[in-house]
Amino acid sequence: MTTMISYAFLQHYWWIIISVLAGLLVFLMFVQGGQSLIFSLPKTDLQKTLIVNALGRKWEFTFTTLVTFGGAFFASFPLFYATSFGGAYWVWIAILLSFIVQAIAYEYRSKPGNVFGQKTYDIFLFINGALGPFLIGTAVGTFFTGSNFSLNYMFSVTWGTAWHGLEAVLDARNVALGLAVLMLTRCNGLLYLINTIDDDDLAARSQSKLKFNGLAFLVFFLFFAITLLFSDGLTFKDGRPGVEDFKYLHNFLQMPLVLLIFLLGVAGVLAGLFVTIFKGSRKGIWYSGAGTVLTTIALFLLAGFNNTAFYPSYSEFVSSLTIYNSSSSKFTLTAMTYVSFAIPFVLAYIWYFWRAMNSKKVNKEDLEGEGHVY
Amino acid sequence: MINNMDLSLVDWSRAQFALTAIYHWIFVPLTLGLSFIVAIMESIYVKTGNEEWKRITKFWMTLFGINFALGVATGIILEFEFGTNWSSYSWFVGDIFGAPLAIEGILAFFIESTFVAVMFFGWNKVSKKFHLASTWLVGIGANLSALWILVANSWMEHPVGMVFNPDTARNEMVNFWQVLFNPVAVDKFTHTVTSGFLLASIFVLGISAWYLLKKREEFLARKSMLIASIFGLAATLLVAFTGDNSARTLAKVQPIKFAAMEAHYYGKANADLTAFGILKKSDKSIGDQKIMDFAFRVKIPGFLSVITNGEKSTFVPGIIDLVSGTDDSTNIDPVVNKIQKAKVANEILRYYTRVRLLNDKETMRDLRKVYFDNPKFITDTLNYIGYAYLNKPEDSIPNVPITFYAFHIMVVLGFFFIALCAVALLLVLRGTIARHRWFLIIALFSIPLAYIASEAGWVLAEVGRQPWIIQDLMPVSRAVTQVSTGSVIATFIIFAVLFTGLLAAEVSIMVKQIKTGPKH
Repeated sequence: MTTMISYAFLQHYWWIIISVLAGLLVFLMFVQGGQSLIFSLPKTDLQKTLIVNALGRKWEFTFTTLVTFGGAFFASFPLFYATSFGGAYWVWIAILLSFIVQAIAYEYRSKPGNVFGQKTYDIFLFINGALGPFLIGTAVGTFFTGSNFSLNYMFSVTWGTAWHGLEAVLDARNVALGLAVLMLTRCNGLLYLINTIDDDDLAARSQSKLKFNGLAFLVFFLFFAITLLFSDGLTFKDGRPGVEDFKYLHNFLQMPLVLLIFLLGVAGVLAGLFVTIFKGSRKGIWYSGAGTVLTTIALFLLAGFNNTAFYPSYSEFVSSLTIYNSSSSKFTLTAMTYVSFAIPFVLAYIWYFWRAMNSKKVNKEDLEGEGHVY
Repeated sequence: MINNMDLSLVDWSRAQFALTAIYHWIFVPLTLGLSFIVAIMESIYVKTGNEEWKRITKFWMTLFGINFALGVATGIILEFEFGTNWSSYSWFVGDIFGAPLAIEGILAFFIESTFVAVMFFGWNKVSKKFHLASTWLVGIGANLSALWILVANSWMEHPVGMVFNPDTARNEMVNFWQVLFNPVAVDKFTHTVTSGFLLASIFVLGISAWYLLKKREEFLARKSMLIASIFGLAATLLVAFTGDNSARTLAKVQPIKFAAMEAHYYGKANADLTAFGILKKSDKSIGDQKIMDFAFRVKIPGFLSVITNGEKSTFVPGIIDLVSGTDDSTNIDPVVNKIQKAKVANEILRYYTRVRLLNDKETMRDLRKVYFDNPKFITDTLNYIGYAYLNKPEDSIPNVPITFYAFHIMVVLGFFFIALCAVALLLVLRGTIARHRWFLIIALFSIPLAYIASEAGWVLAEVGRQPWIIQDLMPVSRAVTQVSTGSVIATFIIFAVLFTGLLAAEVSIMVKQIKTGPKH
């Protein structure tokens, strides 16, 4: 296989895997979206406990997907990992902090002797829910809007601002993407709760909340998408970078399959919202979830394919990262490709157990039985 | 670039990583071992159908869950910190770590997280046997996770299976199996996971002992002690065996770490092993570093030579030989020479990069032929390229007292644990354990000792490797991210406060659960 498959193919293949992991991560952040609603959605303590326990059965998946996304990015495009994590230091630290407090919040919130009281842990869940998706969305915004950094002859990064990445919030497009991701995860969180919890009053409240969050998502997302189509980007021709007007519009037109995935994805999200709000369906999460995965994949392919710099530097074009100049060696990508053949198997068993565990809706009785309760 | 390197930046970055690693390692060994202990308990429940065993299983599983959450939280920070604080290192090793980390993420983490959910929430949702399989898979997944990160860590101790690529200024993997079956990796993995089994066994023994002292939960305590003492005794023997192997490998691949952990300065044949000792500064020094002497020492004659390869006549080089070099048959190249050669290599690399940016293919080919693809240049010079960043030869010596004490504390406690588990097993089998209060008290107070031994092992591994982040290839000063020291101090403080708060909550919840006891 080493001789038959080209280096460029492997680099594209691994960018696709990164994109799929990103897609799954954004979908699974419905857990975060749900957490961001724990103070506003429930009317009673029981409802809050139901919400926390419904989300708490899935938080590990999101967390593991985030870790795997980071690990796979490190493995396949280590120069991105070195450049962005080391350079945009404070953004990644902020993301990190928002996830650390989540990991213990579920397990500790209702346990006696937890020192800080349940309220604190619920605030941790809220912080993770609100900040996590927003910061990740904003960070991914810089894949399109660029940063200021340079790399020396040993490929060590020097960041152009003292804010070490926090300056990303000064670009409205980054913020719009961050807010769009947050609103999308909130919608998915609501759809998941409607699907999972056996409580009609909570379902009704979730449904009414969905209207506002769905609308907000659309506003931010459309702002980002439309400005993106008019944005320029960096193209590498024969290894030399240059600015190209309407780069992302061109990418859509030159890669119609990516455009199709994008449109299908957006349609899926809208369908999920539509059937839930107007038809009272409880299965909206499946349409919206699939749509979220597809939309995210399309955005990542748009950023990385077609000789585009997926991590552009606007202070030193030549330091910009592409899937060609930032990847692992051909040997390592090949070795990892063998490993990646296990992914469908992994997805299959996750799916199987997800179904097994969700075959019954979460209800009051679950909280009173002998099971593990958060 | 390196000459004006801010030393305090390196120190703070190291402090931050040490803080995270030490906290992470409070939670991981218990996860590694307790996962299997609950799996054994649940197996007995499924086999016998005895509901008491289900209660025992669920009790320990609750403690497992409390501990597991913090292990996960601190683990993600370590992963991110490779990038945020050690970005030059991330690029340099990314190609080697790639495959192990991809396997870890795709295979191990998802096994762990999928089945941990079934383990906690699946009691009434899946069949008994399925649940049991899930519990075992949590243990297998957790231990597999440890495998891959330890493979990566072992590569930092003993880099193998790679070539240096001047185009990318990094090492690239050419042999996956060499990386996986690195002799250091084999020892390190077995030693580390079995030490986790041991720690978990002592945790179970200690808590059970507390119940017996309080005359509560006698059935649970006796049964738990039986399992823990058998599991712990097996683990502790494996720990000793793999530790011995590790020492032998270390003598070969990291002789200066080996010498430092014994405070062995002057090389000789028939060298003595220090069983235990207290160090003091002597009036002699190497460069600007004081040589340590023994204020007190219990030694085993000739045994240091014996553990390196079984022969008393084996010459074991001391720290001074390794730094200043020898010119007899042992033929050790002095560090001064290595620094010189590495500086030349670095200049060649810099020149190569200029030529590469000018796209001068012919000169690039010539330089590759003469240097980077030349086997002699690789073994003599490229394999020591990190020395270019050392200012003085004595900078190649790790902190001797820390390395020495970490090693000896670990070993002494290790022998104590063998005795502890053996006596526990004996007393449990005789059925008299509840009467031996002195033993129960010792068992209870052994819990913190197990954590100290476990952490000491990592201190030895990491401090003993200094100044290298990757042995001979990259010193920590060259690996660190260029952010402001103030930023790193800020994140250090945030992490320190956060971890300490969370640890306090964890211990408090754990103690409360233990005092409450299992559900009836």
